[in-house]
Amino acid sequence: MGTTIRNEPAVYVYEAPLRLWHWFNAFALLVLCVTGYFIGAPLPTLSGEASDHFLMGYIRFAHFAAGYIFVIGFVFRIYWAFVGNEHARQIFLPPITNPDFWDGVRHEIKWYAFIAREPRKYTGHNPLAVITMHVMLVWGTVFMIVTGLALYGEGTGMDSWQYTWFSSWVIPLFGQSQDVHTFHRLGMWFILLFVITHVYVAIREDIMSRQSLISTMISGWRTFKDNREVDDGH
Amino acid sequence: MKETFYDVMRRQGITRRSFLKFCSLTAAAMGLSPLYASKIAHAMETKPRIPVLWLHGLECTCCSESFLRSGHPLAKDVILSMISLDYDSVIMAAAGHQAEAIVEEVIAEHKGEYILACEGNPGLEQDVTGGMSCVVAGRPYTEQLRMAAKDAKAIISWGSCASWGCVQAAAPNPTGATPIHKVPGIGNAPIIKVPGCPPIAEVMTAVVTYLVTFDRLPELDRQGRPKMFYSQRIHDKCYRRPHFDAGQFVEAWDDEGARQGYCLYKMGCKGPTTYNACSTVRWNGGLSFPIQSGHPCIGCSEDGFWDKGGFYDRLTNIPQFGVEANADTVGGTAAAIVGGAVAAHAAVSALKRTQQKGDQE
Repeated sequence: MGTTIRNEPAVYVYEAPLRLWHWFNAFALLVLCVTGYFIGAPLPTLSGEASDHFLMGYIRFAHFAAGYIFVIGFVFRIYWAFVGNEHARQIFLPPITNPDFWDGVRHEIKWYAFIAREPRKYTGHNPLAVITMHVMLVWGTVFMIVTGLALYGEGTGMDSWQYTWFSSWVIPLFGQSQDVHTFHRLGMWFILLFVITHVYVAIREDIMSRQSLISTMISGWRTFKDNREVDDGH
Repeated sequence: MKETFYDVMRRQGITRRSFLKFCSLTAAAMGLSPLYASKIAHAMETKPRIPVLWLHGLECTCCSESFLRSGHPLAKDVILSMISLDYDSVIMAAAGHQAEAIVEEVIAEHKGEYILACEGNPGLEQDVTGGMSCVVAGRPYTEQLRMAAKDAKAIISWGSCASWGCVQAAAPNPTGATPIHKVPGIGNAPIIKVPGCPPIAEVMTAVVTYLVTFDRLPELDRQGRPKMFYSQRIHDKCYRRPHFDAGQFVEAWDDEGARQGYCLYKMGCKGPTTYNACSTVRWNGGLSFPIQSGHPCIGCSEDGFWDKGGFYDRLTNIPQFGVEANADTVGGTAAAIVGGAVAAHAAVSALKRTQQKGDQE
């Protein structure tokens, strides 16, 4: 190829509210995973008077506060899927009935299996990313919000909206409170698997794909590394 | 005129003063306003005794044991006289055909008026294989239960056996032990679950008192438990809760934390996930409860507590993933595999790219 003339115009893909949500969500997830881990498997015991410490109290407070940011952020994100640009809807509505979409998924898998020599060029997410984000992030988030609020409602009590809307049906659905705890923790690991994959793939694609990735989630602009046609028709 | 509760109590030598004391204590235990004490007293003075059939299925009698030890000295006398306990194979003196005949007599005479108290549950395997896992007076217990349940005014599921299945329902559940509300053909009588292994004596007596006084079921939660005793977790009112919030835990049975009375969370205490009144009502007349004696709560009033692995693990087992796997072992293993795969993939990617760049030059 030699040196490429980069004259493909950049596209404004991620609007400011969406980018803000992305980073708020990332921060909330980090806090939720770390504090959540230590709620289930607490730090070594502290000695002295109980009145001298409030460690578990602070950890739980941070978890609940980050949880609310996570919930409110997700509600906002759904709202933004309606009012934002077309890219804001992508992870919520994978076009699973479109054969071209699945062809794209297959090609992307080949690209990751080192079979395809070159990835396709996308303005939005590639099809494999859409599927992964839809299943792991969107539904993972829904699961964690529902089970999380159900557990939170146990503390706020039977008259609270959290209990009425969530705990009252989620706990009998799983069997008992301990089961909800277990699945909430499995959900944490599920989302962590997504985070590992997401971060790796973002860095790799930023280096090896035909468009920008990381800078796009900061500035909002998608830039391209070659001037051939894009594959998702934008 | 039918004998009222009050008549029975007076006949048993209980003074009016003691009787009124009992009424106020019961009102307080049920979370009612003091005004209700007189209402309870009035009900007891005027209402005829409610006939109760107390049937025993697959169980260990710990519910009866607990009930008979109801902390307030008056309670057991009062309750046992308050209801007309017409049949209870464990504590009745009568035996044989005549004793068994009482069951049918009560059903016939008090159709739709008697309360069926179930201690233990039926082994439904009896229906399938004709097995003899629980036979009362020569007949399968399931028959007796269905017959008595059909015309009952209400059913009380005493304990975790009747409410959830308990130990005899533990996998693989060879007798098909099934909680009362899931028994096919049990009829439409409302069911009150009073779980616990056993339930707290005062909780049992208060449920009966409520039924008698108000002539209706207490307010139940979505799982059918009386809200007044099962709406909060042990953890919510635990006297060791400040140690939990502080981050002070017992790490081993004989460590300093155990002597200091720190939180038993790390020793697998199920207080945070168990709905019961142990930390407020306590046991043996308010003397103590498991956590107070230094042992973690095992969650005996929760559904499925018997099949969740060790009582002393904070994170309980997930049986689908084999023996001794909890959320952290499952998730940690998956994270390690994905992390390893990512590292390997990154290495191959880097190699490929270098190779391709070499080709281009």
